[in-house]
Amino acid sequence: MEILYIMIPLGLVLVALGLWAFFWATGSGQFDDLDSPGWTVLEDDKAPPQDDPTRKEEPRP
Amino acid sequence: MTATGAPCFHCGEPIPRGLVLHARVAGRDEPVCCHGCKAVAEFITGAGLGDYYRYRDTASSRADEAPRPDRWSAYDRPELVERLTRAEPGGARSITVLLEGLRCAACSWLADKALSLQSGVLDVSVNPATARARLVWDPDKVRLGDLLRVLEHVGLRPHPLAGEPSEQVALLERRSALKRLAVAGFGSMQVMMFAVPLYFGEATGMDATMREYMRLVSMLVSIPVALYSGWPFYQGAWIALRSRSVSMDVPVSLGIVLAFVASVWHALTGQGEVYFDSVTMFVFFLSLGRYIEMIARHRAGSVADALARLAPMTARRVRDGVTEDVQAVELGVGDELLVRSGEVFAADGAVLEGDGRVDESMLTGESQATPKAPGALVHQGTLNLATPLRVRVTAVAGNTVLAGIVALLERAQAERPRLARAADRAAAWFLGRILVGAALVFAVWWFVDPARAFPATLSVLVVTCPCALSLATPTALAAATAALARRGVLVAHTDAIETLSKATHVLWDKTGTLTKGLVRIEDVRTFGSTTAEQALAWAAALEQLSEHPIARAFTASGMATGRAAEVEVHAGRGVEGSIAGHRLRIGSRSFANELARTVGAGAAGPETDDGSADSWVYLGDASGLLAAFRLTDPLRPEARDCVTGLAALGLPSEIVSGDQPGAVARIAERCGIAREAARLTPQGKLARLKELQGTGAVVVAVGDGINDAPLLRGADVAVAMGRGSALAQTSADLILVRESLDDLPHTVKLARRTQRVIRQNLSWAVTYNLAALPLAALGFVPPWLAAIGMSLSSIVVVLNAMRLSRGTVPQRRSGYPAVPGTEAA
Repeated sequence: MEILYIMIPLGLVLVALGLWAFFWATGSGQFDDLDSPGWTVLEDDKAPPQDDPTRKEEPRP
Repeated sequence: MTATGAPCFHCGEPIPRGLVLHARVAGRDEPVCCHGCKAVAEFITGAGLGDYYRYRDTASSRADEAPRPDRWSAYDRPELVERLTRAEPGGARSITVLLEGLRCAACSWLADKALSLQSGVLDVSVNPATARARLVWDPDKVRLGDLLRVLEHVGLRPHPLAGEPSEQVALLERRSALKRLAVAGFGSMQVMMFAVPLYFGEATGMDATMREYMRLVSMLVSIPVALYSGWPFYQGAWIALRSRSVSMDVPVSLGIVLAFVASVWHALTGQGEVYFDSVTMFVFFLSLGRYIEMIARHRAGSVADALARLAPMTARRVRDGVTEDVQAVELGVGDELLVRSGEVFAADGAVLEGDGRVDESMLTGESQATPKAPGALVHQGTLNLATPLRVRVTAVAGNTVLAGIVALLERAQAERPRLARAADRAAAWFLGRILVGAALVFAVWWFVDPARAFPATLSVLVVTCPCALSLATPTALAAATAALARRGVLVAHTDAIETLSKATHVLWDKTGTLTKGLVRIEDVRTFGSTTAEQALAWAAALEQLSEHPIARAFTASGMATGRAAEVEVHAGRGVEGSIAGHRLRIGSRSFANELARTVGAGAAGPETDDGSADSWVYLGDASGLLAAFRLTDPLRPEARDCVTGLAALGLPSEIVSGDQPGAVARIAERCGIAREAARLTPQGKLARLKELQGTGAVVVAVGDGINDAPLLRGADVAVAMGRGSALAQTSADLILVRESLDDLPHTVKLARRTQRVIRQNLSWAVTYNLAALPLAALGFVPPWLAAIGMSLSSIVVVLNAMRLSRGTVPQRRSGYPAVPGTEAA
């Protein structure tokens, strides 16, 4: 059972790492919108018509 | 009653019978209901965004009018843009735009794509949960006005939110709440993991060092939960205490602090029980509930946003004979404004020139337009229906009537007397018992053994708030809130669930709740060779100059092709005019028919009086009647079922409306409502509400207009419609996002179930504690049994609460995106 004296601190370090990652993700806006990014995978990458000068060369990712 | 056939391709509304109008979409002709929808659908597919129609899961909102490009021209002026927007690195500008009509994730995808395709746009983020978009663009390459025009072209109504980035504040608030929630979630899981061996260690014989170690580790993990995650509760409690009131935060903070301090004391001294598992789970479930509530509130928006939607941000100022577009904040008292028909007044003022009608329903609730002659006062936020008016500004910004209403609501919102009262009662009852008990224990121990008085008192305080007891209410409320959010019912204030379960009456504002709130053309019948489209085009052209509210049903369709000349308005009868030499009349049957020289074949026409008492409007020329239009404010199809369902639950309905008695009586009859009151002012509605409340009734009010805001504010439970006015939403406890009235009886049922579950949980927890604690104290319960009992007690409570979220979402008819975070429950 003495192993617990090492394993529990190790586990807590992992939890701290996980929390740090979560904080980073929240801070960088990963959780601001959970709905619309799901739709982006469904969209086809097609180049917009070249003859239209009001559009960009490449569709934004 | 409704038109048959396929609904509109874009907005899903029924297409007026007899109208044949198509939008060219992806090489196919799709039926649409009006020119507005046609333009939007063709623009969307033309821009290569046709995938939107494949992805969306709710119909789009109706494009009420053809886009008016000149509306955004003020936003093309650099100096205005500079004042409205924020500077970003590299010379870019950013602004937050509220998108009315944004309904689902596909809509936000559409807005994102449409903007991203424009050159000069550096970043777009659209949040469907709050219906707001943040735009960053390069002002050298593209003008803000053009971007707003693009949004309008795809069928969304953009409202730029100027000035202080309240949206940014809300975003930071959400992020910080999510972090606190995560700390509480991770922490409670960890502590639970240590609590189980601690409980069972008692039974199987854990050595004392290990036990001590586990307790210290639990303490270590609990510290961030109690301090960081619990911080908002302490803050709320402090604010409440400083203002000499008791909010829900006070007993919550007291519970957390007492249990935590006692546990720390016990862990450090190695004596007595620790309750770290209870503390962390308590904080977690409370934070979860608060988080879901906050998302709902952010979606409903702030009062300031509501003002932004109502009052236009630009105005047309006349100075030295020159007309210029200016920002509304630039206006000063004494300025002269030109307000065209269909425009909203940007300030309060007095009419200088022009003789027209103004729709003041947003302020007064009166659906009939008010005539305005020179000298009459007009108000900010009201809509000019007819002739252009020249107005001398008498009040701007914070001094207008509208701003006064908003300020009133803001104050009421800050005070929220109902909420405080409810929490007050519960807190006083609970705290009173605990404190008296603790004081007794302290007094007794003081005489028996003074050294043990303090720990014993702490134990009593903590034991009276044990795991199961502290979880009983928050878990049930969190589960119910999450279940409702998945169904599209947003709960802005969780105490509304408790009040709703006790409700006895429902007051409806008719327009926009029982009905859809839009006068529209339901049916077009043509006589002879005229086509429906031709008839509508003529009607729209004739009605363009009319001030009658009905005229808006025609002009909104965007059908007008030509301009009518020699227009003559016959009060109370109709309009006469000529289009390209063709003399036409629109109005009542006899009026429209009078142009015909001989009352002959044309007059016979099909029988249109079907007794439904909907409004019929006729179009005629020299040859007789050409067409008939039926206009209705359609009843929501589920309205009758909803009223019946509520009555079955013991909640009789009653209509309080500002509308005409005839229309109100008709709707009441069709919904099966026995009691109705018509032509009520907002004060009249409030008086009826107070009268009911005076008899001890608990009243639910359902409304959607600005004129309903006082009624909603005064009601015990306020329900607003998802597409209703923003002011109504900020006053609401519940928001029906899907606008499906079926949700209302369901919510009442769920609220009652929630109350039942809370009562079960509380009685279980109290019974368990009452039975187990004295027995354990007297040594009748072996430690292993106490351990199992303790865990089981909490698990029973949590599982019982979770029953609320299961089986309550029978059909997800429309895909309102779930509120982020609700899955966690």
